[in-house]
Amino acid sequence: MFGLGILSGLLILPLVGAAFILTLQGDEESVRRNARWAALAATVATFLLSLVAWGRYDSSTAAFQLLESHAWLTETIRFKLGVDGFSMPLLLLTTFLMPFCIAASWHSIEHRVKEYFVAFLVLETTMIGVFCALDLVLFYLFFEAGLIPMFLIIGIWGGKRRIYASFKFFLYTLLGSVLMLLAIMAMYWYAGTTDIPTLLTKRFPAHMQTWLWLAFFASFAVKMPMWPVHTWLPDAHVEAPTAGSVILAGILLKMGGYGFIRISLPMLPDASHDFAPLVYALSVVAIIYTSLVALVQTDIKKLIAYSSVAHMGFVTLGLFTMTEQGIQGALFLMISHGIVSGALFLCVGVVYDRMHTREIAAYGGLVNRMPLYAVAMMVFTMANVGLPGTSGFVGEFLAMLGAFKANPMVSFFSVFGIILSAAYALWLFARVIYGKLDKPELQGITDLDRREIAILAPLVVLTIYYGIHPSPILDVFAPSTEALMQGVRAALSTTQTAAAALPVAH
Amino acid sequence: MNAAQIVMPALGPALPELILTVGVLVLILYGAFKGERSAEGVTVGALIVLIVALFAVASQPLSAKITTLNGSFIVDGFARVMKALVLLGSIAALLLARDLFERERIARFEYPILIVLSSIGMLIMVSANDLIGLYLGLELQSLAAYVIASFHRDDVRSTEAGLKYFVLGALSSGMLLYGASLVYGFTGHVSFPGIVTALRETQVGLGVVLGIVFVAAGVAFKLAAVPFHMWTPDVYEGAPTPVTAFFASAPKMAAMAMAVRVFVGAFPGVIDEWRQIIVFVAIASMALGSFAAIGQRNIKRLMAYSSIANVGYALIGLAAGTQEGVRGVVVYMAVYLAMTLGAFAVILGLRRGNRMFDTIDDLSGLSRTHPWLAFCLAAMMFSLAGIPPLAGFFAKFYVFAAAIQAGLVALAVIGVVTSVIGSYYYLRIVKVMYFDEAQPAYEPLAPGLRIVLAVSSVVVILLGIVPAPLVSIAGTAARSLF
Repeated sequence: MFGLGILSGLLILPLVGAAFILTLQGDEESVRRNARWAALAATVATFLLSLVAWGRYDSSTAAFQLLESHAWLTETIRFKLGVDGFSMPLLLLTTFLMPFCIAASWHSIEHRVKEYFVAFLVLETTMIGVFCALDLVLFYLFFEAGLIPMFLIIGIWGGKRRIYASFKFFLYTLLGSVLMLLAIMAMYWYAGTTDIPTLLTKRFPAHMQTWLWLAFFASFAVKMPMWPVHTWLPDAHVEAPTAGSVILAGILLKMGGYGFIRISLPMLPDASHDFAPLVYALSVVAIIYTSLVALVQTDIKKLIAYSSVAHMGFVTLGLFTMTEQGIQGALFLMISHGIVSGALFLCVGVVYDRMHTREIAAYGGLVNRMPLYAVAMMVFTMANVGLPGTSGFVGEFLAMLGAFKANPMVSFFSVFGIILSAAYALWLFARVIYGKLDKPELQGITDLDRREIAILAPLVVLTIYYGIHPSPILDVFAPSTEALMQGVRAALSTTQTAAAALPVAH
Repeated sequence: MNAAQIVMPALGPALPELILTVGVLVLILYGAFKGERSAEGVTVGALIVLIVALFAVASQPLSAKITTLNGSFIVDGFARVMKALVLLGSIAALLLARDLFERERIARFEYPILIVLSSIGMLIMVSANDLIGLYLGLELQSLAAYVIASFHRDDVRSTEAGLKYFVLGALSSGMLLYGASLVYGFTGHVSFPGIVTALRETQVGLGVVLGIVFVAAGVAFKLAAVPFHMWTPDVYEGAPTPVTAFFASAPKMAAMAMAVRVFVGAFPGVIDEWRQIIVFVAIASMALGSFAAIGQRNIKRLMAYSSIANVGYALIGLAAGTQEGVRGVVVYMAVYLAMTLGAFAVILGLRRGNRMFDTIDDLSGLSRTHPWLAFCLAAMMFSLAGIPPLAGFFAKFYVFAAAIQAGLVALAVIGVVTSVIGSYYYLRIVKVMYFDEAQPAYEPLAPGLRIVLAVSSVVVILLGIVPAPLVSIAGTAARSLF
């Protein structure tokens, strides 16, 4: 349509929704109602369109598909879109989670409803853009542009310390990504293009790779977030409205992992190989340390936020093992964590809407009045722990498998993370759900209403379904992972042969 | 005297300057005859003259290169683009001033006339191809600017601003002139091509380097770059706000054009000598502009520090000294013009009755009372912070890319880090507008402000999505210098 492909359609559709909401006029109440429905319609339509894209996608090859290329900056910096096995599942995750975010904000957002949904729809466009962009400048543009709506979402509709949290979020991530911008420019002057498929075939000299890798690492590590640059995340999570937390945990954190798999690993294989021990160390620290921190949290959201950091530690660990299992596991964990942590934040939102507190101590014995809620919460808690039979297990298991192959010590230490995650997650569950319902404020609490059931039920089903039957997702990743591994192996072997061929000078 | 020796130089290339000169003389006569009540008519007349001059600039082909007046006046792609920016800035300055001066009862016909005179000076600066022409243009521009700084003559701060500007400006002009005389003394040429040839043939002596340093000092003053920035916050705060908007826009374009013309046009062979100066000035400007703005409460002072930082970023392109660098400078200045004018249009819109508001707290809750105004200012602020998809991102993109290409990696890293620091105070304005409680509404925007704000907002947002047209124009402009 108009010379635009289906991926452009995915970028435009939320913006059309946003533009429509902006034009809404009339009395306050009807504007709110229409804004909600319009946002829901836009996100659902986007999801359906992404399913169409999925239908046209051929998951048996590693090639970029649904390609589009339009003139943009110059001949070599183009508006180029496309998806492959790495981006397609993340794209679907994005469009899938958005309607839930809109539905979760139905009643909890009371003021400035119009602006809220506009911000969310614009955010959706930027997230889709990150996963579709096949040009580094375009990738960077979407990567950064998402900061603006998220900054506003945290700052306007957030909690008490929203201003501090929004500034911290913005400045932290901005500082990380500007260095990536310089690396992109350096790549451009070296390779003469920022076209991702072309750059995937380019070999950068070793010393250049080191610097480029560090610059990209600065950006993706903050976004991931990796220890020790993770401190913005708990603040942002706690202060963001429920839907903001869902998007943060579900999608925005995945951009870091996506960046590693799209840029760092395939384009800079030598540097990735050299820096792998650093990444292992940071990941293990993240897994153990942030799990311990999660253990002592008194705020439910903060606890889940720290658990996200720990899980992202498994992702970075798996990616940099540079084994097929490790990478597959990391990617699967990204999808699984997107669903599970998003669902957990939705669960927190459910009780927060009723009690307006996130203190663990304020709850207890919810199972007596909220049996359905307890079931949903239990499934997600188990998935968060990584219980076999839930989607959380598959990813962590594969990532550990890869880690064991690459370095048994690393997997030895990271196992503690799994034990600790069981500790904090189950303890949280016990304190909130079990026990006696003796707090007077909780006496009148009601179970999930129909809207909330409609939100949580599909997520419960998916969590269990992908736990038992992970191959639909793994099969999509497989060809791209294989291609990546081949490239990396070829690159590393030439480097090693070159090193071996050099006369010994020392 | 032999008649054949008196050859009338071709004046065609200087058509825009001539239009302005003739126009301003007519307007002075009209104003002098009509007296005090002529302000409105003269403003409209000045607008028309400026627009006609803009068309004259636009109608000249972009890639042609013509010199006249014995080679001291050059019209090339670079000159045309920068002239267009200067004229746009002047037109906006007049539009921004109209409503306010009427209300403040300081509407006098001298204001538009001084703006046009200053514009003539700026156009000559942009087109100067020798040191004398450059100095003539600079002084014409500056003298007119000193007077408009103190235009609100009953206001102590405005008078103070004018005096400060004049004293420091005269000092810097002196330095520039001294530097020019040294360069002339040691190379034997005042024309830029002559200097280039002279420097190519001989060893670069200390005298020339000293001359370059003094010229750089004078240029840095006109640009308000650190360490010659001290006058900027006071002058910006003290001058009437439309005048501040003018200072922050058109003269910056001309001064930057002059800087590029001098360093790239006259001293390309001795880039190692002047690059270190520009690198230092750029770093100092970015750092000071970013840090010092954090504590400001007054928006005009904040914009002053913001302009210092922005000049620093633009100078990164000049420090690269390459065609890509100059392209970056042109893109940066064009985007900066739109951002600054848009921001000032909003600042000028903050009025209730006869009171003007100019502290950051006065913006509190603007998104509730004036959603579109807040949206436009937020776009300007995010753009100034260099966040995509707004034009400010690409402005920074092209100067940083040029720096990386020229191997100035450290400069680029410092640049991006200070831009993150700087984004803090731009974000604070967004925060005040969007996160804080609303205040009583302001009056609706005057038509002049509306036009400027609408045009600059559209430019900032559109160029952020489709920057290619501006970049290709800037590329053509930059090519003409190499």
